[in-house]
Amino acid sequence: MTTTATQPVARAAGPGSAARRRARRGDLLVRYAFIAPAALYMIAFFGYPILKNVVMSFQDYDFATFFNGKAPFVGLANYTATFSDPIFLRALGNTGLFTIGSIIGQFVIGMALALYFRKKFPLSGFLRSLLLLPWLLPMIVSAAVWRWILEQDNGALNRFLEGVGLISDPIPWLVSSSTALVAVIIVNIWLGIPFNVVLLYSGLQSIPDELYEAGQLDGATGWKSFWHITLPMLRPVVSVVLLLGVIYTIKVLDLIIGLTGGGPANATQTLATRSYEMSFIEFDFGQGAALSNILILIALAFSLVYLRANARAAKNG
Amino acid sequence: MAPTPRPSPPESDRSGLPRPTNHRSVSRRALGLGALAVPGLLSLAGCGPDVGNGGPNDIRIVDYYNTPADDVAINGTFSQCAEELGLTFSREKVPGDQLIAKVLQMGSSRTLPDLLMLDNPNVQQVAASGALAPLGQYGITTEGFTDPVADLGMYDGTLYGIAPTVNTIALFYDAAALEEAGVAPPTTWDELHDAAAALTTPTRYGLAFSAIASYEGTWQFLPFMWTNGGDETDLDGDGVIGASRFWSDLVREGLVSRSVVNWGQGDVIDQFKAGNVAMVVNGPWNIAGLEADTPDLDWDVVTIPVPEAGTDPVAPLGGEVWTVPITGDEEKQKKAAALLKAFVAPENQLYMAGERSTIPGDAAAAEQFAGEHPELSTFVDQVSTARSRTAQLGPDWPRTAKAIYTANQRVLVDDTDPAEAFDEAARTVDASRTAS
Repeated sequence: MTTTATQPVARAAGPGSAARRRARRGDLLVRYAFIAPAALYMIAFFGYPILKNVVMSFQDYDFATFFNGKAPFVGLANYTATFSDPIFLRALGNTGLFTIGSIIGQFVIGMALALYFRKKFPLSGFLRSLLLLPWLLPMIVSAAVWRWILEQDNGALNRFLEGVGLISDPIPWLVSSSTALVAVIIVNIWLGIPFNVVLLYSGLQSIPDELYEAGQLDGATGWKSFWHITLPMLRPVVSVVLLLGVIYTIKVLDLIIGLTGGGPANATQTLATRSYEMSFIEFDFGQGAALSNILILIALAFSLVYLRANARAAKNG
Repeated sequence: MAPTPRPSPPESDRSGLPRPTNHRSVSRRALGLGALAVPGLLSLAGCGPDVGNGGPNDIRIVDYYNTPADDVAINGTFSQCAEELGLTFSREKVPGDQLIAKVLQMGSSRTLPDLLMLDNPNVQQVAASGALAPLGQYGITTEGFTDPVADLGMYDGTLYGIAPTVNTIALFYDAAALEEAGVAPPTTWDELHDAAAALTTPTRYGLAFSAIASYEGTWQFLPFMWTNGGDETDLDGDGVIGASRFWSDLVREGLVSRSVVNWGQGDVIDQFKAGNVAMVVNGPWNIAGLEADTPDLDWDVVTIPVPEAGTDPVAPLGGEVWTVPITGDEEKQKKAAALLKAFVAPENQLYMAGERSTIPGDAAAAEQFAGEHPELSTFVDQVSTARSRTAQLGPDWPRTAKAIYTANQRVLVDDTDPAEAFDEAARTVDASRTAS
């Protein structure tokens, strides 16, 4: 009974649902076909190198490997060697100081400039494009120019500071292990300001003026309007700026190589420069890969924090 | 000897990057740039497009001779030799600091060229990997070369590379400044110290060398270390420590700027040109630049002063060696070797040495060269007693070289006692040797 009763129904529904299923399958195929190029691209250019890097870190991967392909697996040897390397802890600490210092400096100055450019004034467009300059220069050019500026004896910065009477003895910016890291951070802040200004400025543009007008009626002006209107409205942009800033800064390599080469006496060695040095100067690619994996893990941790915060914000909003 | 005509590069794309039209697109581009930031290893994945036409008689050459003078001399010599042998060639010039990465990439993708130039300390690594053909089987020998010059291309007793010209370092000085201060060109460490003291003024340092955190810093330290009896196999020995102490005393007394820890050899010669330093340790490759940029500067060169009168000066040998990589095409390897053999003939050495201010590898050619180029005779002398960096340590040299410059930086920057710094350097090198 039930079978005879359902069969006609099924038969009746059959052609329609099959067609629909076919259509849906076709639809799905089309969708995948659209995703495929991007997915393949991601796998080839992002997935593979990262996977390769992970595998490499468990291998004795040396100079000859590139020619004979022989890279025996050595388990965790590269990681234990990395952790027992006396320069590792120093590089880790430097990476932290470099990242935090750079991010704070870039963000505070970037925010101040973005707020400043909200006001309409003559030449604002010109000045804004001037601000982009550090961003447009190749990193290695900036590094070379800053090396001249920070030169101890004849550098422009020391000459200026002496000229205005701020210092009496030249500061050994790049040649003392106590100031070199500070100098490198200062240059990196200069490099990072445009990125912060551009993103924060565009975020500011999207805050409707009505909010400020309404705030004004309630007595929120100046700092108050900044804390209660600008900053909350800007939160999504700020989190993007900070997260990208951290990921960007944590792996800065060419700037440090150009300014100090990780010296003097390893004072500006970071995980990124140490990884480069391990691979391309000491030709120990396995240990170099292990170091850069540690770097990737740290960056990944920041991404997770960001994603969770975002998810929470989305749920609450 | 005109350079072979090269196809002109394609019309540069004037469109370039899309110009951001509004702030939104700028910010989106910013995000895109952020997303593109991937670990440096990716750069290895990029493949060079410049592969020659690959005919059976077309020899592919890779080197790093980019300066106009070097480029013309190298290209001209190859053109002439190739023509005589009925071969053609295509040269790919790689920036100096990218050559090794390029070699590794070519090695893993089996696209090594037919002739490959290498900086001499790197020959050991490449030869040890089995990528190079022994040159003896093609009848290329180092007959007529002094042992150290022959050693440059030697790995494990077999010849893999040959250097048509070599170089080394010596002491350049501002003759007018020395005369004014009433000092003679120094020959011993004491004289060097006293001369540096006499030449130091509020606006000028007496002496400069490169102590940068790279192989250049080690290379400049070697003449001091070797002449003092120091040896790369004995980093915590008195010879090495004494040389480091000599450097650090000069810096601490203010006769040498502390900035030398951040100066490459190019920076050092620039300081000399600017009149900020009266004496510098440097190489003959700068002579052309000195003559062009500062024609009024009255400079001269002496061998690097030695600890005590009577000691033989020992400087490190520099220069590039040419190798025949194993490409699998035995016929072509033979042709490449024939081209190399012609390229390194003594008359070509003389021509290239003259054009590039370097010293012929062949001892007889070097002697003839010294007669024709008196301004380079100091370097010819210095080369005759110079030493190869990798002869003793082979592939272990890079690690040791790094240990040396790091120890010197600690001494010069942090006032670490040389004995302590080099004791640790010796331990680092030992640890890495047992680990690998």
